Amino acid sequence: MAERVLMKGNEAIAEAAIRAGCRHYFGYPITPQTEVAAYMAKRLPKIEGGVFLQAESEIASINMVYGAAAAGFRVMTSSSSPGISLKSEGLSYIAGSDVPAFVVNVQRGGPGLGGIQPSQSDYFQATKGGGHGDYRMIVLAPASVQEMASLTVKGFNLADKYLMTSMILADGTIGQMMEPITFEDARVETYDKPWALSGTKMRRGHNIVNSLYLKPDELERKNFERYERYKSVEENEVMYEEYMMEDAEVCVVAFGIASRVAKNAVAAARKEGVRAGLIRPITLWPFPKAPLRKAADQVKAFVSVELNMGQMIEDVRLAIECARPVSLCNRAGGMIPSPDQVLASIQAAAGCRDSRLPEGQMTSPAQKGVN
Amino acid sequence: MAIVFQKPHALTDAVLHYCPGCPHGIIHRLVAEAIDNLGIEGEAIGVAPVGCAVMAYDYFNCDMIEAAHGRAPATATGIKRCRPDNIVFTYQGDGDLASIGMAETVHAAARNENITVIFVNNAIYGMTGGQMAPTSLPGQVTQTSPYGRDVNHCGWPIKVCEMLSTLEGPEYVARVAVNNVKNVKAAGKAIQKAFQNQIDKKGFSIVEVVSACPTNWGMTPQKALEWVESDMIPYYPLGVYKDRSAAKEAEAK
Amino acid sequence: MKTTQILIAGFGGQGILFAGKFLAYKGLLEDLQVSWLPSYGPEMRGGTANCSVILSDDPVGSPIITNPDVLIAMNLPSLQKYVNAVVPGGQIYVDSTLISEKVERTDVQVCCIPATQMANDAGAPTLANMVMMGHVLKNNPELTFDGTEATIAKLVPPARAQLVELNMKALQAGRDYQE
Repeated sequence: MAERVLMKGNEAIAEAAIRAGCRHYFGYPITPQTEVAAYMAKRLPKIEGGVFLQAESEIASINMVYGAAAAGFRVMTSSSSPGISLKSEGLSYIAGSDVPAFVVNVQRGGPGLGGIQPSQSDYFQATKGGGHGDYRMIVLAPASVQEMASLTVKGFNLADKYLMTSMILADGTIGQMMEPITFEDARVETYDKPWALSGTKMRRGHNIVNSLYLKPDELERKNFERYERYKSVEENEVMYEEYMMEDAEVCVVAFGIASRVAKNAVAAARKEGVRAGLIRPITLWPFPKAPLRKAADQVKAFVSVELNMGQMIEDVRLAIECARPVSLCNRAGGMIPSPDQVLASIQAAAGCRDSRLPEGQMTSPAQKGVN
Repeated sequence: MAIVFQKPHALTDAVLHYCPGCPHGIIHRLVAEAIDNLGIEGEAIGVAPVGCAVMAYDYFNCDMIEAAHGRAPATATGIKRCRPDNIVFTYQGDGDLASIGMAETVHAAARNENITVIFVNNAIYGMTGGQMAPTSLPGQVTQTSPYGRDVNHCGWPIKVCEMLSTLEGPEYVARVAVNNVKNVKAAGKAIQKAFQNQIDKKGFSIVEVVSACPTNWGMTPQKALEWVESDMIPYYPLGVYKDRSAAKEAEAK
Repeated sequence: MKTTQILIAGFGGQGILFAGKFLAYKGLLEDLQVSWLPSYGPEMRGGTANCSVILSDDPVGSPIITNPDVLIAMNLPSLQKYVNAVVPGGQIYVDSTLISEKVERTDVQVCCIPATQMANDAGAPTLANMVMMGHVLKNNPELTFDGTEATIAKLVPPARAQLVELNMKALQAGRDYQE
């Protein structure tokens, strides 16, 4: 077995990217993801063909990614919420040009400059667009440092396979925390890129990477073709984890750091006699609709645990076609729900108690969650 | 029969969409001739802008990419850093390069990014129908400066070559024009030099081409070329603003 | 299953995160499941800093600690902030050089160590954190003192190998301290 090493989530992304064959990184400094850039700045120049370049702006960096991706190379950038807003234009062009890219968002609280503490408030931006036009990104939500690494490799593979952007949607906690991880041999899939800009060598017609289609019927056709591809992503690439769902009467839905808290709360609820379970979407797009729909036949209520004002909850409601009540358990602005808060929400959903804890009880010793 | 004139190989057979009298056709040709002369079509990768030349990807025979507005130097950087042996060039207008994309321009120059930038300055936003550009002259009437560009209200035109030549970074900064045969010939030479510099790995080379926009200036093509001579060139003097290698050679002597 | 949630708190520059890393690596070398979560941001620049370390036989759930089993308080604001969050039966370690206030709780084990003074005496004025760690190891038998040197060696950059010895000195002083 490979050696267990202790690593920050952000560093795990960087190392995994290198192992996935990424040799080009373009980025701009922003908290709380700077370790990704720092790691790349140290490592890439020591690797053959490796290039780390600090761009003049988030906008420039995503357009460098666009160029490098169009040249047929595995390339990445990383940023945090305000930076991703700036990159959204480029993400739209990358989508419209059907080139593969890998982008990391280590989220912080918003809107505006917001804060620098962990958040999940870019769920809408990541899963519903952000940039202009009809497009999707594959959105991967790691809940551990190990997954930061494994989903990075997966993200590069999926991007190349479906010619679209894979985004790691992490948060400040997962980015900053250290856990032991192992780097198994990265399963790097390679795909031919005959469309890439490499120079014609006077042996083929010129390749054009482009998102401009002035004829509406042609642009419509491009959009339909793209959505056929997206459909196949939805059919084949959904990832999720089920925890204690076999006999659950309340289904908690949470991703990323929220799912870690929720897991503690689910275990605590079980101790209190409430049969809770957890569905953790690993791909936020494509969203795991089928397991949620199936759970709706079994549970009496859903609780969506989020570090935002309630974004994923809309997808939960859509997935279960509003067949069951869905309540929100949330903190925002960089705050993280405590296991006790989630437990209270689970109990309320199960019909046991009011969902709101009196002020001040959240962190008192008497309300301690499970270890 | 001897062929005395033909289309450069680096141009496709597509019919240019430019307005009658527009010098973009001349400038495309100069770029294509440079590519032909240097035998680099098979290695060339061009970056088209947003603006009148947005469809340049259809006109050049080499690999092409369409960049976001103003981002061509960044996109070119991404390509060149992956493929240092290819020849990467951007073709940009004044709004693209000197307004929305100024940061990308300045920083690519500051990095001495080994790319070639063709900058067409016709003092107006052409594609969108004639709005004021960062290079519109003081007093120039455009759709968004209908009473003439008031420098007290919207500031002064930006002299890109003068500004970039203050940087340590760039290898070659030159301004040319295409309003008469003599200037066109000089422009062709400068453009070829800008490509040769990249082949020689000398770094960032920009050629600003003072051009005309008869349609949006509301002039006949001939009048527009006269206006280039009488108004544009005095404001944007032609010449080589920076040539690091030449300066070094001169110093060595 | 045994899980220990450890919260180390103090101000920037006291080596709070380093102490946390030490515990995390120690756990890693003893084949435990571990998580290490720092506070980050402006706190790093002189304000309060804290670090949550969880050591467990089982996979770690939430890495966020609301109710620590062990609190290591390296300054007064940190003690005041977290003293009531510690679980009944837990441990509170106080750097008594910097904190004169007494812990009023009687349902926890309180250890007062003049760590800053001891570090100064040992000629390692920046290693009060490791003095505290030495005492933490002594009181928590699941973290044996064995392998401590290897742990430190992992944390100290090779170029500063001379620091290993100094760290060990501080750890041993903490271990041998009798209240």
